[in-house]
Amino acid sequence: MAYAATADHVHIEDHPTGWRRWVLSTNHKDIGTMYILFGAFGALFGSVLSLLIRLQLAHPGGTLLAGGEFQIYNVVITAHGLLMIFFFVMPVLIGGFGNWFVPLMIGAPDMAFPRLNNISFWLLIPSLILLTLSIVVGSGAGTGWTFYPPLSSVGQPGAAVDFMLVSLHLAGASSILGAINFITTIFNMRAPGMTMHKVPLFVWGMLVTAFLLLLAVPVLAGAITMLLTDRGFGTTFFEPGGGGDPLLFQHLFWFFGHPEVYIMILPAFGVISQVISTFARKPVFGYLGMAYAMVSIGVIGFVVWAHHMFAVGLDVNVNAYFTAATLIIAVPTGIKIFSWIATMWGGSLTFETPMLYAVGFIILFVIGGVTGVTLANGGVDISLHDTYFVVAHFHYVLSMGALFGIFAGFYYWFPKMTGKMIPNWMGNIHFWITFIGVNVIFFPMHFLGLAGMPRRIPDYPEAFSGWNYIASIGALMTFAGAIYFAFIVFYGFKWGKKAPANPWGEGATTLEWTLSSPPPFHTFETQPHIS
Amino acid sequence: MGDKIIKRHQMGKTLAITLCSLFFPTCATAAFPKPWQMYYQEPATPVMEYLYDFHATLLWIEGGIVLLVATLLIVVIARFRASRNKTASKTSHNTLLEIIWTAIPVLVLVFIAFPSFKLLYMMDVTPKSELTIKAIGNQWYWTYEYPDQEIRFDSNMLAENQMKPGQFRLLEVDNRVMVPTNTNVRVITTSTDVLHSWAVPAFGVKRDSVPGRLNETWFNVKKEGVYYGQCSELCGVKHGFMPIVVEAVSPEKFNEWVASKKSAPRTHSGG
Ligand code: HEM
Ligand SMILES: [Cu+2]
Ligand SMILES: [Cu+2]
Repeated sequence: MAYAATADHVHIEDHPTGWRRWVLSTNHKDIGTMYILFGAFGALFGSVLSLLIRLQLAHPGGTLLAGGEFQIYNVVITAHGLLMIFFFVMPVLIGGFGNWFVPLMIGAPDMAFPRLNNISFWLLIPSLILLTLSIVVGSGAGTGWTFYPPLSSVGQPGAAVDFMLVSLHLAGASSILGAINFITTIFNMRAPGMTMHKVPLFVWGMLVTAFLLLLAVPVLAGAITMLLTDRGFGTTFFEPGGGGDPLLFQHLFWFFGHPEVYIMILPAFGVISQVISTFARKPVFGYLGMAYAMVSIGVIGFVVWAHHMFAVGLDVNVNAYFTAATLIIAVPTGIKIFSWIATMWGGSLTFETPMLYAVGFIILFVIGGVTGVTLANGGVDISLHDTYFVVAHFHYVLSMGALFGIFAGFYYWFPKMTGKMIPNWMGNIHFWITFIGVNVIFFPMHFLGLAGMPRRIPDYPEAFSGWNYIASIGALMTFAGAIYFAFIVFYGFKWGKKAPANPWGEGATTLEWTLSSPPPFHTFETQPHIS
Repeated sequence: MGDKIIKRHQMGKTLAITLCSLFFPTCATAAFPKPWQMYYQEPATPVMEYLYDFHATLLWIEGGIVLLVATLLIVVIARFRASRNKTASKTSHNTLLEIIWTAIPVLVLVFIAFPSFKLLYMMDVTPKSELTIKAIGNQWYWTYEYPDQEIRFDSNMLAENQMKPGQFRLLEVDNRVMVPTNTNVRVITTSTDVLHSWAVPAFGVKRDSVPGRLNETWFNVKKEGVYYGQCSELCGVKHGFMPIVVEAVSPEKFNEWVASKKSAPRTHSGG
């Protein structure tokens, strides 16, 4: 009793300024902002590399990245994949939007462990520095983002691969700590009346994501550690010469890797649900089905990993099992798609930029989903595995799915985070440039893959030149779109109109829209009650 | 069940090829990729034929799904834009609808699963083999062994200045793998260094070459011809430059080739 009384009196309005505000930050909004800025840098870095890849592949016989007998090409594709996953999509969706909006949506004053939150963010800085070193030290890490041994052990002896692995260790630690924070926050800090069956779907997406991180990333950490000791300390976990098995690594990697792909898309699912409900001015259709579809995607996601290994020579019955398990994932995915459409059905729809991105997300994610179903069939996958068809598949779900989720969320919450509006027409132009651009890049890759073009090759037979050229044009277009996006953001900050608390009207019903734009430094100091 | 499904879609296959060649005169399938090719190379083995037809089935189903979603989106956008529908309904449940869009995908997947499993077992279970070839991946070339014929040679990519006119850059090798047609050929693959993957698209064959492990796959080529593939697992800097070329000849010619190989003095790089 006495404790509670003093606590009231000791209440300090803690609002540090200058560098202390950021470096020592324990404020979920500031940390979220730092994550978004960090992710923007990662995106820029990764995009420049992707542009280099497409320039190298624009014509057969390309020499742009031919250095070190094309080692440079391999380094660039490796860094591109890792940057986009660990330093763009994850920081922005989870660290950025998650930090900003999970506490606001559940009526909590902050995350459960604010200092842990600070560490989660700052671990990423050394992690990115190490990844950058892995590009420039020695001949660089040219293993692909999946760094399979023996190529990543005996195949690349220099320090670069070690830098890459330690970088991922740090990023992984950051993710695990963040996951603990989100789980605790969502379970324990909901405002009175905000039951689990009332929290917005974005929060559900974050909750499932956090569980996936918590269970999957330690397995990656184990694999990385074993690889590091194989490289540096003479162990032979993955060395057949010493009784080890290269395939063990692949099992461990994909036990992490498949959940990882859902880690990147579940928060985006959440964003899309909020956006569609807002601009349809209707509650989400089939809320419980939507929430539990994400839960079941998360659960099934842990038992499908070997669909990445259909060609490695597993027993045929094992392949049959993984075919069946993978096909099953399409069911909850379908539930989500149809529920989004049903949410729009009967609504009063307007198409501000976030909504355009959400609708674009649905159709492109469906294309990526059905090619996933093609690949799920172990037999068919033999013809497509490690070809450009797989590249097309995962860019439809990531570089359109996750990316469109990020853009939808960004345009949706920009007014809330900054207090400024971005003019709709500017965002809409950005949408159309991006929509056309990414399709021009990635749709032809289906053809290349079917025709037999392997992925991760720096040069290709002349027959593949046509579609490669088209894809490269798409890349230029998309890159131009990205520069235009940077301009839009700048414009929004500098000349954007002042944003009201709720710029989106009666459809925006979640708690963050009850706060001013931008919200005060500390929010919900008195608990809101949800009826 | 699977077979019937597949038969019906033979029609689809023909249609797809016809449509395709209408727009792209060059897109007829072949054992090597053609400019602007949009679909599989022409199947050369029964396994690949089955795969090809099954994939066509998938394409129709999946195309249908994409079309359905696109149509629904267009209808929704047209009918329920704010200018046409001022007030939103508040409906947020419909149990029947939710059951339907769970159950129908399940049925579709079951329908897919049958031919899918059939294909998987067809590929994986080698029928009684009549010839065994060992494909050994090295950084960055293939070594082939015919253990029963006591033949062994390396197969390196031809550099541009070694190519004859009409040959394909990055696809040609100095020593091709020779196989007889209409013969069950078992391929055993492994590696001496890092991972590689032995792949020939027209055969529907791709098997990773893993050091310390013997992986098996098989094919039976129907027609004489030259079939091209490329290493399909990142193996270092020259991963893009270790192609695979299989030449299928009549059993008689194959026997002649074996005889000529045996009388020739054996050098490390063969020839
Ligand atoms: C309907 C659901 C999906 C199914 C059935 C599915 C199936 C598959 C399969 C079988 C592969 C292995 C292909 C191969 O390497 O031969 C694959 C690769 C991949 N998928 Fe999916 N997928 C689905 C959704 C997703 C989603 C939502 C994401 C991420 C947002 C994703 C990201 C990836 C990535 C990154 C790879 C390639 C990894 C690599 O080899 O580098 N997939 N998918
Ligand atoms: Cu997967
Ligand atoms: Cu290779």
